[in-house]
Amino acid sequence: MTASAFEKWTSLTGIKVFGHAASISTRRVLLTLHEKNLDFELVHVDLKDGEHKKEPFLSRNPFGKVPAFEDGDLKLFESRAITQYIAHRYEGQGTNLLQPDSKNLAHYAIMAIGMQVEAHQFDPVASKLAWEHVFKLIYGLTTDQAIVAEEEAKLAKVLDVYEARLKEFKYLAGDTFTLTDLHHIPAIQYLLGTPSKKLFTERPRVNEWVAEIIKRPASQKILE
Amino acid sequence: MMGTILQSRLLPPPPPIKLSHSSLLFSPSQQHSRSNLKFTSKSSPSTITMASIKVHGVPMSTATMRVLAALYEKELEFELIPVDMRAGAHKQEPFLSLNPFGQIPALQDGDLTLFESRAITEYIADEYSEKGEKLMCPGCNKVKALTKVWLNVEGQQFDPIASKIAFERVFKGMFGMTTDPAAVQDLEGKLVRVLDIYEARLSKSEFLACDCFTLADLPVIHYLMGTDSKALFESRPKVCEWVKKITARPAWAKVVDLQKQ
Repeated sequence: MTASAFEKWTSLTGIKVFGHAASISTRRVLLTLHEKNLDFELVHVDLKDGEHKKEPFLSRNPFGKVPAFEDGDLKLFESRAITQYIAHRYEGQGTNLLQPDSKNLAHYAIMAIGMQVEAHQFDPVASKLAWEHVFKLIYGLTTDQAIVAEEEAKLAKVLDVYEARLKEFKYLAGDTFTLTDLHHIPAIQYLLGTPSKKLFTERPRVNEWVAEIIKRPASQKILE
Repeated sequence: MMGTILQSRLLPPPPPIKLSHSSLLFSPSQQHSRSNLKFTSKSSPSTITMASIKVHGVPMSTATMRVLAALYEKELEFELIPVDMRAGAHKQEPFLSLNPFGQIPALQDGDLTLFESRAITEYIADEYSEKGEKLMCPGCNKVKALTKVWLNVEGQQFDPIASKIAFERVFKGMFGMTTDPAAVQDLEGKLVRVLDIYEARLSKSEFLACDCFTLADLPVIHYLMGTDSKALFESRPKVCEWVKKITARPAWAKVVDLQKQ
């Protein structure tokens, strides 16, 4: 396909992601789109040039963070708001990322708890570790081992709760893969390439859960 | 969340988490029946004991306030069960069976147990959507998505900063520690960037997510309006007006009343 034909084709589906293919938050959205077999265009935002802190990007997300998202005339930001929109709007298509009985509000709330836990308990710690172990090195900075030790201690406590949870259920929100599990994947993929990997592998149920979620075809696609 | 910040500095480390049973256990095969547990406005006072909602927390905690505000907006009956934070009750059983992360609040609605205040408020808004105030933008998925955007903004951009400022300006003093002025300055520098965005947003929309009051507007502003940080809110006209509107709501007055008891 020529460049202009490709653009015309993807613009018909109306879905655009403005972000960076290596960014944890952007990958959360890309994973969701892949799970749903949705066509989309990834519009690269040059983070090292500070493109995300300037117009026109700021009109898409005034907080100056990737990703931003567009579906026709709907414009969104905040990766977890975007993934939830996709999961609901395209409920009939691709992988179901909600609970099997999507109208059951109690079950939905259980999934919502897991999403909040990922956002408030897991991600802040996992992101700091990814920053120390991975991204700092890319920018030529050195890892701060004191911070690593502190954050690993916090992550261990969170993963202990996950270990107990996963002894009772196959996935975090129940027996099926949902957004709750998906939201964790990009950060976990980074941490598996660092010394912090041991926190996941030394907990048997967490280890199994990680293996399951990263072997999914969508999870492999975002690494390409 | 404030309670957690306090306790982690003042108490010995919590005992290891032991889950004797999962509070999140549910049988996918069970229908979650609500019909016999709903509180209706036609019920006589004696049926109020049928109210099945229990909140485990303390009114001083901002995360607990978030849930209480939502319950009052929805005009729902509930029981507030205090958790003895100073005794570290939130880090031990039986509380850990409600929330294995050892943080208030937790909520029970009949046989359903929930934690994480924003998951709880979303549940309240959905399950009781016909009662009291609507707390989500009305309409289809595209419109609802906007509520989620600003809920995430509140949780990811505003709250982490506001809660740290409250810790410095309010809670440290209560516990005999001294405010770190450099930290406050740094945090306020971040807060103003967020409030500038709120100002721009509120110039285009009555409330954050849309033109109706939603969960994203629940006025949990971390006691900042009782500190010098209030100037940051009051100096921005749209933000100032919004704060006045959301804190003038009857449901919020009830939350504040609970704190006085």
